[in-house]
Amino acid sequence: MKRALASRDELLQILDTVMDPEVPVLSVVELGIIRDAVASDEGVVVTITPTYSGCPAMREIETEVRRAIEAQGLGPVEIRTTYSPAWTTDWIDADARAKLEAYGIAPPRPASEDELVPLLRRAASVRCPYCQSRETEQKSVFGTTACKSIWVCNACRQPFEEFKAH
Amino acid sequence: MPISAQPGFVSYLLRLGDDRLVLGHRLSEWCGHGPILEEDIALANVALDLVGEATLLLKLAGETESAGRNEDALAYFRDSTEYRNALIAELPKGDFGFTIVRQFFFSVFSLLQMQALQRSSNAELAGIAAKAVKEAKYHVRHSAQWVVTLGDGTEESHARAQAAVDELWRYTGELFLTDAVEQEVASAGLGVDASTLAEPWHAQVEEILRRATLTVPPVSYMQRGGRDGRHTEHLGHMLSEMQIVARSHPGATW
Repeated sequence: MKRALASRDELLQILDTVMDPEVPVLSVVELGIIRDAVASDEGVVVTITPTYSGCPAMREIETEVRRAIEAQGLGPVEIRTTYSPAWTTDWIDADARAKLEAYGIAPPRPASEDELVPLLRRAASVRCPYCQSRETEQKSVFGTTACKSIWVCNACRQPFEEFKAH
Repeated sequence: MPISAQPGFVSYLLRLGDDRLVLGHRLSEWCGHGPILEEDIALANVALDLVGEATLLLKLAGETESAGRNEDALAYFRDSTEYRNALIAELPKGDFGFTIVRQFFFSVFSLLQMQALQRSSNAELAGIAAKAVKEAKYHVRHSAQWVVTLGDGTEESHARAQAAVDELWRYTGELFLTDAVEQEVASAGLGVDASTLAEPWHAQVEEILRRATLTVPPVSYMQRGGRDGRHTEHLGHMLSEMQIVARSHPGATW
């Protein structure tokens, strides 16, 4: 007997269980990597967009997306990649930003604000996710993954990462 | 006009992809050798961005060419005479000052080029460019800050930065050369003629060099050849290392 096709919301709910391998506190849906999910008689088509051109986690994300949908018996899964519109951290909503901060990663500033930072001016300070002090200092624009930069808090002396505005 | 009738577009995409692949590989040579840990990580990050952009551009080149070559075939199974990168990308990494000055020169060029390519009539290329713009902004900021730090730093760091500027300057002209390929893609709305990027590049680069107390070299002879496959001896050596695993074990997977 044929059952009703899964709706977009149902598919997104399933995909919301797939955590980003490098930021395991957020799902690929919360990060904005999943752009669309459509079920048909042939299976499910999931459209994703990479965060960074060379993000090494994309292949693992594809594997996990496939596994999550297939585990619900909704496969086969076809993954399509789109580059337009380009991924931006502005797609990360307030709830997800709060989760990032609670996890110890300062959430991204608005990408539009980042546009305005002149070439050589130091970025404005970000709030320390541990003690909430603004007495913080950027140590390196590039961090342990493509999406993060390294900071240190001068109040509590805790090094921490910031999710880069992109 | 169907894409297959635009061989110039394939050549153009190879130029875009090869610049980033070759420079990305050169940067990756710093991995584990950076002067400080943060810089080691930074250079590896920039390398990752560039190789990632190259992957997307060469994939599109392969699809446009429709001759059965994917991005891996183009990266690992072409010889140096088939590479179309500008010579500046292939020069050995030199000291940290040389790497930073080259990165600054290329990043400013790349940002201008990718900003223009966001308006490409090829939607795929426009999307790749939109992503690359965000990455290139970080590369420009990072390298510009270092150029100022080194140039306006100690006697030693200033001397090394100036030597790098003097050595690299003669390789910058090639970035802005125009030819039939550049003109074809520009008139088709697919690409941007590199010669239009020279003026904004000089304005931005020279301003940072001034702030770094570095001297802009006088206009002199400019090296060229990379866009036509005539390379320095360095590219062949680099490719032999980059390609050896793929060529020794063709089709290997893990």
